[in-house]
Amino acid sequence: MDSQENNHILSYTKLAIILGILLILTGITVAVSYRDLGFFNVPMALAIACTKVTFVLLFFMHLKYEGPIINLSFIGTISFLFIMIGFTFWDVAFR
Amino acid sequence: MIKTESFYDTPSPAGLTGIRAWLLTHDHKRLGLMYMWAILFWFVIAMLCGLLLRTELMSQGKTIMGPELYNSLFTLHGVIMVFLFVIPAIPAIFGNFFLPIQLGTDDVFFPRLNLFSWYLFMFGGLLALISLFSGEGFPDTGWTFYVPFSVEVNTNVSLTVMAAFTLGMSSMLTGLNFITTFHRMRDKQMGLMQIPLFTWSLYATAWVQILATPVISITLVLVVVERLFSVGLFDPDKGGDPILYQHLFWMYSHPAVYIMILPGMGVISEIIPVFSRKSIFGYKAIVWSSMGIAVAGSLVWAHHMYTSGMSDVSVFFFSLLTFLVAIPSAVKVFSWVATMYKGSIEMTPPLLLSLIFIYLFSIGGLTGLVLGAVGPDIHVHDTHFVVSHFHFVMFGGTGFAFFAALHFWWPKMFGIMYDFKKAYIGSILTAIGFLFHYIPMFILGMQGMPRRYYDYLPKYETGNFLAGFGAYLLCIGILIMFANLFMSFRQREPASSNPWGGTTLEWTVPSPPPLHNFVDKPQVMEFPYDFSEIAAQVKRGER
Ligand code: HEM
Ligand SMILES: [Cu+2]
Repeated sequence: MDSQENNHILSYTKLAIILGILLILTGITVAVSYRDLGFFNVPMALAIACTKVTFVLLFFMHLKYEGPIINLSFIGTISFLFIMIGFTFWDVAFR
Repeated sequence: MIKTESFYDTPSPAGLTGIRAWLLTHDHKRLGLMYMWAILFWFVIAMLCGLLLRTELMSQGKTIMGPELYNSLFTLHGVIMVFLFVIPAIPAIFGNFFLPIQLGTDDVFFPRLNLFSWYLFMFGGLLALISLFSGEGFPDTGWTFYVPFSVEVNTNVSLTVMAAFTLGMSSMLTGLNFITTFHRMRDKQMGLMQIPLFTWSLYATAWVQILATPVISITLVLVVVERLFSVGLFDPDKGGDPILYQHLFWMYSHPAVYIMILPGMGVISEIIPVFSRKSIFGYKAIVWSSMGIAVAGSLVWAHHMYTSGMSDVSVFFFSLLTFLVAIPSAVKVFSWVATMYKGSIEMTPPLLLSLIFIYLFSIGGLTGLVLGAVGPDIHVHDTHFVVSHFHFVMFGGTGFAFFAALHFWWPKMFGIMYDFKKAYIGSILTAIGFLFHYIPMFILGMQGMPRRYYDYLPKYETGNFLAGFGAYLLCIGILIMFANLFMSFRQREPASSNPWGGTTLEWTVPSPPPLHNFVDKPQVMEFPYDFSEIAAQVKRGER
């Protein structure tokens, strides 16, 4: 077997801290939406969203505690999606 | 060897009898056989549709049907062949049956899900049938369902695409099962570089199934949404983009051609060393090329769209990427040929079919490069050249690998041996018919005969007549091959547990295998293709 079973249980404090971070980031999203950053409006919103997603995946969904197979699978999936969407936009951009 | 009860005599779950022992089974071997009967049924139907199409084209003008029926028939032929035959055939039948055995385990990781996949497959086929008769006429979009036609036409395209959707679900669940079985159920002594190549190829395929199939599922749902609510996703008048449909469709359907061919390549990688009595050449290169094909094959989809009006930059870029895919495919072909070099070759029907595979697949792959280069492709796109190319790879490749797998594993699945002579006659006739059928189509395509037309100019008559003649030979050959296999049920000439001298684990268990596959603990070899023991047996005259 290449990834061992481990039932990792997160403590309530840790979960609460993550929840807090997520709520704060949500607050920042709202706050930023009141400012006009010009070109950076979308990149900023996306950057915050990505940070939040990373926290959810790593802790709530236990990716941080999984073996390499699960992590590789996950990264592979995301890159696949990224390429699919990226190439298509790329075509549209040059039409 | 002590006599063990085969899986035919031990239902799983225990206590089921008669037909219920099959319809409710969790046994991967029974499910493989259930897929086999269903898939063979669809194959024969679609083959007959193809024969009718060819008969229509044998002479100019209306021969046996008009244009509407012709359009519906090629749609039916394509949809069945792609979604109900080539995509599922090898993984669902031989993958289900042999992947767990090759990994040294007793079943797939999710046996119930496996049963559920079979029902999804049957349900998808049923939906496809119903969709034929529930709209204004048979659907006639082609298997590609291109917009705007598929959105506007009054036939029941919604149901046809839902059938493809359901079949996609079935395919994904099978892939999921294979990946988890590969990682979680593999025998503890078996390292990654000790896994048989057929199983490796199924593993690579399974990833493509899981990653690419959702794209087509979503796309097909979008077609239904467009039909029902006219949102305008693909309609330029409403700000949509018709080329977006083609992108989405080929994002799945190009990787899907690797879902079709990779398992076939896996079969060939098993058969060639067994009948050369020689270790496979470049084991690791074959493993890596499987994974390489899975990755690179996902990056080339827009080579189907050079003439669609997408940007020139993309055309250039996708052409470049397309040439990359040819490399891992060629690695395999060289490995197979090098395996036979200085081997001690024993001719048998599975080997003959594998050799035919190598020949036909090479032509298919090389003409793929002609199409991958933009210049020639603009000339032959949507002509019979393309039709011939993809039949060389899908039929000459996957189709013949499927026939080879049937002949290779038949004694293991049923415990009986078939007649060699008739198998040779059938295979050779199929191959000759195949060449007569598809070579003229290359020439017709280069002369400019478009695909998907029920009629043509007088100058194309000779080519089309020859192709029609080939089609009849081809079908007769296939029927002889199948009839011969079925006759073996009557003759019941028993097969030993290792009739060919194979070295992978399925040849260490009785034919047919017992319910839990292994009677004794599986003995995993240091290297799966080590033929020294078999060669020694031959020397001692035991084989
Ligand atoms: C060796 C590498 C291959 C290359 C470079 C290649 C390239 C191409 C290209 C460029 C086209 C588009 C032609 C056009 O529409 O103008 C095409 C069509 C096609 N190829 Fe391949 N191909 C390869 C292997 C395969 C394999 C292995 C399969 C299936 C098992 C396959 C199945 C198809 C199908 C089904 C189509 C036509 C789809 C349609 O329009 O209905 N190809 N190929
Ligand atoms: Cu392609």
